[in-house]
Amino acid sequence: MKERHLFLLQRLSAIFLAPLVVLHLVVIMIAVRNGLSAEEILNRTQGNYFWGGFYVLFVVSVSIHAPIGIRNVLREWTAIPKTQVNQICIFLAVIFLMSGLRAVAAVI
Amino acid sequence: MPTNNSNSEQTAKQEMLEVRVWRGQGQGQLKPYQVPLRKNQTVLDVITEIQRLQAPDLSYRFSCRVGVCGSCAMTVNGKPRWTCRTHVSKVADEGVLTIEPLRNLPKIKDLVCDLAPFIDTWQKAGAVFKPTGTRYDAPAKVDPDSACRRAADASLQCINCAVCYSACDVVNWNKDYVGPAALNRAWTLLNDVRHDERAATLDKVFEDGGCGSCHSHGNCTRHCPIELSPSASIAGLKRTLFTGLPGK
Ligand code: SF4
Ligand code: SF4
Ligand code: FES
Repeated sequence: MKERHLFLLQRLSAIFLAPLVVLHLVVIMIAVRNGLSAEEILNRTQGNYFWGGFYVLFVVSVSIHAPIGIRNVLREWTAIPKTQVNQICIFLAVIFLMSGLRAVAAVI
Repeated sequence: MPTNNSNSEQTAKQEMLEVRVWRGQGQGQLKPYQVPLRKNQTVLDVITEIQRLQAPDLSYRFSCRVGVCGSCAMTVNGKPRWTCRTHVSKVADEGVLTIEPLRNLPKIKDLVCDLAPFIDTWQKAGAVFKPTGTRYDAPAKVDPDSACRRAADASLQCINCAVCYSACDVVNWNKDYVGPAALNRAWTLLNDVRHDERAATLDKVFEDGGCGSCHSHGNCTRHCPIELSPSASIAGLKRTLFTGLPGK
């Protein structure tokens, strides 16, 4: 994958993330008004394919967006060689994706 | 009629400018000089006065003295500027002037730095013109109102002075970054219908150390002495990811 593809992917994932993050924050604020309990969360999410799809998209966007950003930071601010930075970021992308999807699967 | 007496009084009252000039080869330090403060004096005048009357071995570059060639660029009180177009009255900080070579380039001696790495970035960014025609063809017709021509016009007048390169923090910390001037030039070429290698230029622009490394903080644009906007050109380059090559 070339630099331009990573650049484009990061912008595209940001386009998705912007509204997703806003909605996520709004839901948090509304949801905690009556106290926050596991039961209340599960009542909202279990079997709800809207929230399932919403958070799958969220997790996928984060898993693309964040590792590319971290890659830029590591490359600008550390002396870690490029190949290793790439490996670290692929590893992070996999971790973000797996743990995120697992969390979604747990509540839907 | 002023008497001799009042003349000497005037001389005694002559205000002096404290000037600290970076001296040395490779390694060096700021050395203090005192220069009479004069009306409409430019920073280049000050440097010339020091060299003529106090430090004949002071090295510095200039040519046109009127803001055309770009060779007199230096760091004045922390900011990159054309010294021939900078009035002392505008930049002196409580009568003190600190003059250093441009940042981000290897120092050669005193106020002279090596511009070769800056020129090399133009090649690296694909900012090299390859004509579609030959000298035997009729000159290309370019519509002055076309979007491309207007985009090229806005960024065309660069005279390679390296002020923006010196102002850019990303150039400072990322040795692979080609910098604002080379990318600005690449943008004019992408908008030049006579350039035969637009796709190749676009490829190079997005390589490692290309426009993707720019943080868009605009220090280049803020300091360009002729008010070009390399950061707008770089934004144009980034936009091509969504829009493709600029239309004709
Ligand atoms: S863009 Fe402006 S500051 Fe940069 S090299 Fe060209 S003329 Fe100088
Ligand atoms: S906008 Fe880009 S090129 Fe200009 S100073 Fe900032 S990082 Fe450098
Ligand atoms: S000497 Fe030519 S621009 Fe200053």
